[in-house]
Amino acid sequence: MAKELPVKIHTRDFSFFYSEKQALHGIGIDIYENRVTAFIGPSGCGKSTFLRSINRMNDLIDGTRVTGDMIVDGVNVYDKDVDVVTLRTRIGMVFQKSIPFPKSIYENITYGLTLNERPSKADLDNIVEGCLRRAALWDEVKDRLHHSAVGLSGGQQQRLCIARAVAVNPEILLMDEPCSALDPISTGKIEELITELKDQYTIVLVTHNMQQAARVSDYTGFFLMGRLIEFDRTRTIFTSPSIKETEDYITGRFG
Amino acid sequence: MAVNNPFARKRRHLGEHAAEWTIRIVASFSILVIFLIFIFVFREASSLLTSKSEPAEQPTTNVVATTDDRPEIYNPDSGPEPGSVTTTTTVVKDSDKPEVYNPDVTMVGMDEPVVTTTSIVTLDDRPEVYNPDSGPEPGSVIAAAAAPYEAHEQPTLWDNITSNVWQPVGENPKFGVWPLLIGTLKTTLIAILIGAPLGILAALYSAFFAPRKLREVLKPAIELLAGFPSVVIGFFCLTTVASLLQDITGSQFRLNALIGGIGLSLAVIPIVFTIAEDALSAVPKTLREASLALGSTEWQTAYRVMLPAAAPGVFAAVLLGVGRAFGETMIAIMATGNAPLSSWSPATPARTLAATIGSEMGEVVWGSEHYGVLFLLGIFLFVVSFGLNALTELYVKQRLIKKFQGA
Ligand SMILES: Nc1ncnc2c1ncn2[C@@H]1O[C@H](COP(=O)(O)OP(=O)(O)O)[C@@H](O)[C@H]1O
Ligand SMILES: [Mg+2]
Repeated sequence: MAKELPVKIHTRDFSFFYSEKQALHGIGIDIYENRVTAFIGPSGCGKSTFLRSINRMNDLIDGTRVTGDMIVDGVNVYDKDVDVVTLRTRIGMVFQKSIPFPKSIYENITYGLTLNERPSKADLDNIVEGCLRRAALWDEVKDRLHHSAVGLSGGQQQRLCIARAVAVNPEILLMDEPCSALDPISTGKIEELITELKDQYTIVLVTHNMQQAARVSDYTGFFLMGRLIEFDRTRTIFTSPSIKETEDYITGRFG
Repeated sequence: MAVNNPFARKRRHLGEHAAEWTIRIVASFSILVIFLIFIFVFREASSLLTSKSEPAEQPTTNVVATTDDRPEIYNPDSGPEPGSVTTTTTVVKDSDKPEVYNPDVTMVGMDEPVVTTTSIVTLDDRPEVYNPDSGPEPGSVIAAAAAPYEAHEQPTLWDNITSNVWQPVGENPKFGVWPLLIGTLKTTLIAILIGAPLGILAALYSAFFAPRKLREVLKPAIELLAGFPSVVIGFFCLTTVASLLQDITGSQFRLNALIGGIGLSLAVIPIVFTIAEDALSAVPKTLREASLALGSTEWQTAYRVMLPAAAPGVFAAVLLGVGRAFGETMIAIMATGNAPLSSWSPATPARTLAATIGSEMGEVVWGSEHYGVLFLLGIFLFVVSFGLNALTELYVKQRLIKKFQGA
């Protein structure tokens, strides 16, 4: 690598357990700031588990535990004195199957902003417009901001969820297969969006679609059976992987 | 030809048919029984409202009396018999005392005039005493029938029912339902004000905060409470809660609407809890995760996302709770003091509609006006409960569709 990029997320020998079952084995990775990092691998290999470990969403599941370090901005997020709520405002997340809150479009965006403070109406209006524009949704919904968000199409809903996550101004955006339920046109829009967002956010993207990883990501990690097999620049992974399993997976020989 | 048709109807076993028919028959039978109950209740109360059938029954009753030498007016179903008119009058004369069992006679008067009145009435086949709306009609018969009636200064039935005193037994029975309505509203309101918040909070806790192990115990435990015999709850309130509350508040009445409301809330809480919990648990988990991922706390998630998303179900839970408090009989009889006062104060005793039916139906004279009024109250109870349930059903369906399918 020619130039040392700033590291946003750094893990060292990170392992994860669901009760008895170990889902991640000694993951060590550096995720760079303002880059898109994609995780690929067959389903059940632990991509989601790893992603959800970063903002500690796995805490919601009973009986989970971790070993090793998960360091974000130099702080181990599993330290005792880390406040999960604050952590999650700094690390936004977009889910595979995230339905909007059954509220209006406007309220969906302002939800995260009004949790702890009461911004003025004018501020909120500005932020709503900004976020919807950034999520390339403004033109489609500007006339029905106060209508229920549940009436939006699938692709619009997912962009709304991105706008909602962006509204609280996080530094990292985690996306877990955000396009897997969408049609190609909506997928294209979201991929475009991801490339536009990366100058402001560090994006970690899980996808089962290798073309998508190749199109939008700068770095790619290949997971297999709870292990990070290979991690490198996307171009390197897709043209000259150094490990045989990676090559097999990419060329479609298994998975 | 159609041997290979993949959509051909498969031949079914005899057992399947039998099972299907059994289910059909049982289902139609139970529906029929429900309808029969309704018809029975309406018919019993209808004697109050319609005057046509009343006189026809009257003579028959008394005919039986002649033969048996005892009035058999317990049978309200005996059909009309023509030509019994004269016998009727004689019987009344012979016994020389009013037919206490006969509500009509009692109504009209207690002495001599009875005879004349009855005879006129029966001859003309229409005593208008029961009809509150009986307008002035040409014909002296009606006037004659009405004369002794007014002489006793009895109000019309409608005036009686809308009056302020419930005193159904006595020389001048008073059937004012206002005290009962006030008592019902008062206790129901108290029960819901206590029961709904507690039930909803418990549901929130169980759905989102309780550790899984605790939840597995909590939910069935509260649901078991729903099947708790209400007489036990009533007894508990009557003894323990009443004494405790009187010690604390020093109220004048040991049993009052507040105690009743607390007792009813014990019956309401499990219902609100169960249904609200189901509604909250049915909200997609992804909503909760999305909210938490935005940096909200569990409580913020619970009351700003999950509760509104489950609002139709929670509202339904509260409505069903209202229905339960409204129709609950045993607790209302035991814990409210059961006195028909028209006071809105929670510190005074109250008497609910259901409690009135429950405590008076056992002793009422069959076919009497009192009897009819009780059935009328029953119809009112039924209509309100039915309305609440229907509202719940419709509202919930509509709102759920709106909420999760967009509108
Ligand atoms: N809540 C859970 N409880 C127990 N095991 C789980 C849970 N979620 C996932 N797993 C297991 O952890 C492994 C990794 O799952 P996951 O991270 O979802 O894989 P991926 O996202 O790559 O498809 C799988 O074997 C899966 O069965
Ligand atoms: Mg996954």
